[in-house]
Amino acid sequence: MAEYKGIVVYGELTDGKLASITTELLGCGRNLADQLKEDLSCLLASDAVGEASKEAIAFGADKVYVVEDPALKDYQSDSYIQVAEKLARDISPRAILMGQTSMGRDIAARLAFRLGVGLSTDCLDLGIDPESKLLLQTRSVYGGNAQATFSCEVMPQIVTIRPKAMTPIERDESRKGEIIATKVEIDMSKVRTKIIEKVREEVAGVKLEDASVIVSGGRGLGGPEPFNTTLKELADVLHGAVGATRPPADNGWVPEAVHIGLTGKIVAPEVYIAIAISGASQHIAGCSGSKNIIAINKDSEANIFREAKFGVVGRYEEVVPAFTRKLRELLAG
Amino acid sequence: MAQVNMIVCCKQVPDPEAPPAVFKVDTAANKMTLPPDVKPVISPYDENAMEAALRIKDKAGGKITVLSLGNQLVRDVIKKPLSVGGDELVLLEDAAFEEGDSWSTACALAAAIKKIGEYDLIFCGRQAADWDAGQVGLGIAEILGIPSITIARKVEVTDGKATIERVIPDGYEVVEMEFPALITVTSELGDLRYAALKGIMAAAKKQPIIWKPADIGLDPGQVGATGRRTKLHRLFQPVKEAKCEIIEGETPAEAGANLATRLRQAKIM
Ligand SMILES: Cc1cc2nc3c(=O)[nH]c(=O)nc-3n(C[C@H](O)[C@H](O)[C@H](O)COP(=O)(O)OP(=O)(O)OC[C@H]3O[C@@H](n4cnc5c(N)ncnc54)[C@H](O)[C@@H]3O)c2cc1C
Ligand SMILES: Nc1ncnc2c1ncn2[C@@H]1O[C@H](COP(=O)(O)O)[C@@H](O)[C@H]1O
Repeated sequence: MAEYKGIVVYGELTDGKLASITTELLGCGRNLADQLKEDLSCLLASDAVGEASKEAIAFGADKVYVVEDPALKDYQSDSYIQVAEKLARDISPRAILMGQTSMGRDIAARLAFRLGVGLSTDCLDLGIDPESKLLLQTRSVYGGNAQATFSCEVMPQIVTIRPKAMTPIERDESRKGEIIATKVEIDMSKVRTKIIEKVREEVAGVKLEDASVIVSGGRGLGGPEPFNTTLKELADVLHGAVGATRPPADNGWVPEAVHIGLTGKIVAPEVYIAIAISGASQHIAGCSGSKNIIAINKDSEANIFREAKFGVVGRYEEVVPAFTRKLRELLAG
Repeated sequence: MAQVNMIVCCKQVPDPEAPPAVFKVDTAANKMTLPPDVKPVISPYDENAMEAALRIKDKAGGKITVLSLGNQLVRDVIKKPLSVGGDELVLLEDAAFEEGDSWSTACALAAAIKKIGEYDLIFCGRQAADWDAGQVGLGIAEILGIPSITIARKVEVTDGKATIERVIPDGYEVVEMEFPALITVTSELGDLRYAALKGIMAAAKKQPIIWKPADIGLDPGQVGATGRRTKLHRLFQPVKEAKCEIIEGETPAEAGANLATRLRQAKIM
C-alpha cells in the first residue's frame, strides 16, 4: 500500500493568473505541511500556465505540477477529472485541498467518489488531530446555523475550502521550489459534455470581490428599480459595488453574478451595507467576513440586526437617500 | 420528440428558512434540534429540480420517478412532487438509512436507480438544505458512470441530448450532454409550480414503492450510519459577540443622516 504523504493544492487560474482562492489554499496548506513536516505541492492544469507556477512557489508551494494541454482551456469535469485523478494516484498525498468555487463544487465530489474516499465541502477551518494526524475539517451546515467538524480515515483526505476563509502567506519571490512539467494523456472520448458558448453577464463598475464597500439589497426593495437608483447612488458615493440577496437574483432584478451568500459569492469588504435584507443564515454565510455590517431595515426584529454593528430601523425609501446625502456632504467636507 | 424518462432525487429536510434563532444544537447528542412548529419540507433546490423535470415532461412527455431516502418520511411532504405531475414515488425508507453521509446516501440512491433501470436524465438539487454538502448528485453520476452538469438554470432536451445553461461566476455557459446524464439544479431555474386540487387528490391515493436495503442489493451495514466514509466529531454553534448600535432620529431621514455622522465619527467611512 502506498504511503500517503504531503499536502497538495489543486489550483486555479483566473484570466491566466493564479486565482486568489489558490493563494488562500496555499496559505492554509503551508501551515498544515509545516505542522506535519511534509511537502506542500500545487497542481496547475490549463492550456497555458505561464508565470502562475512561479507565483505558486512565491505563495508557499514546494513543488508545482504543471499540466498544459489545449483540452484544458475551458473547465469541463470529464477532462479535468482525468488530471485530478492521475495526480492523486501518482503522488498519493495525505490531503487534497480545493476551493469551494465553480470548479471545486463540480469536481471534488467526482474525484472523492472515484478514489473511494470521503469529502468535506465548503470548509471554514482545518486542523490536525495531534494523535491520529487526521485533518479536522470544520464546515458550515444547516445554512450557516451551525458548524460541524468531520474527519475521514481513508486517504487521501479531500476538502474544498470557502473563499476568503484562509489567509495567504506573504508573497516571497525568493522562495525556492520545483516546477515539474507533467504529462497527462487526456482521453477525449471520455469527455461527454460540450461547451457551446460562454455568456458573460458583465457588471459595470467596481467588481464585487474587490470592493471595499458593498451596498447590498434584498427582497424588501420590491423590484429592480431601487438597485439602479437608490443603491447605486449610495455605492457611487462610497466607490463601492452593488450586491444582492438571492431573491433579487432569482427574480431577475439583478444579474446572478452579484448574488451573495452560501450559494452565491463570498465577500469580505470593509463595509457591508445591508438594505431591506432580513439576514437569513444562508445570506450571512456570504458576508460574515465583512469588517463592519450596517443594516437598514423597517423591521426592528429582523435577524440582520443580530449581525450588524450599526443599524437604522426604518423604511429604506426614507432612510437611504438622507444617509447618502449626508455622507456626500461629510466626504466632501 | 421522443419521451424522456426522468428520475428526480428529493430529500426531506427541516424548513431551512426557519428563523436562525430556532436552530439549537444538542451538543451531547451532536444533533440539530428544532421546535415542532418548524415543519419538514422538500429541500428547496430539489423542488427546482422537480420543476426542471416537469418542464421537460410538458414539452416532450415522459415519466418522472421521484426518489427519496430517509426514515419516517412525512407523506404529505414527500408526496408533493406527485401532486404536481410526478408519476411514481420510490422511497428508500428504513431505520438503517438514518444518519448517513454523502457517501452512503449516494451509494444507496445509485443502487436504487440501477434497480429502477431505465432513465435518460437524473435530476438533483445543487445541495441539500440541511448539511449543504452538494455531493450526492455527483456521487450518483460517478457510481453510475454517467456525465453530469452542475448548477443548471435552464434545461432543454432534443432527441437524445440535453442543452443546459450552467451558472458560472460571471455569467453562464451553454453545455450539451447526451443521455443518460445527471443534472443538478439551482434556484434561478424557477420555483416549483403549485399543485392543482386534482393533483393533490391523485397524489393522496397513490402508494409509494418502499425499498429496504436488501431490496436494492445492499447490506444494512453498507447504508446509513455504518456505511459512512466521514466521521462527525462535533456539531456546534459559534457564539456571536456582535452587538448592534441602533441609530435613532426624529424621522427616518434624520436617523439616516445621523448614521452617516456616526460612521464618519467611528472612522468607518
Ligand atoms: C440551501 C439554501 C441556500 C440559500 N442560499 C442563499 C444565498 O446564497 N444567498 C441568499 O441571499 N439567500 C440564500 N438562500 C435564501 C435565504 O434563506 C433567504 O430566503 C434570503 O436570503 C432572503 O432574502 P432577503 O433578506 O432579501 O428577503 P426577505 O427575507 O424576504 O427579507 C426582506 C426584508 O426586507 C425588509 N423590508 C421590506 N420592505 C422594506 C422597506 N421598505 N424598507 C426597509 N426594509 C424593508 C423586511 O423587513 C425584511 O426583513 C438560500 C436558501 C437555502 C434554503
Ligand atoms: N436522502 C436523500 N434522498 C433523496 N435525494 C437526496 C438525498 N440526499 C441528497 N439527495 C439529492 O442530492 C442532492 C445533493 O445533496 P447533498 O449532497 O446532501 O447536498 C440533493 O439536492 C438531492 O437532490
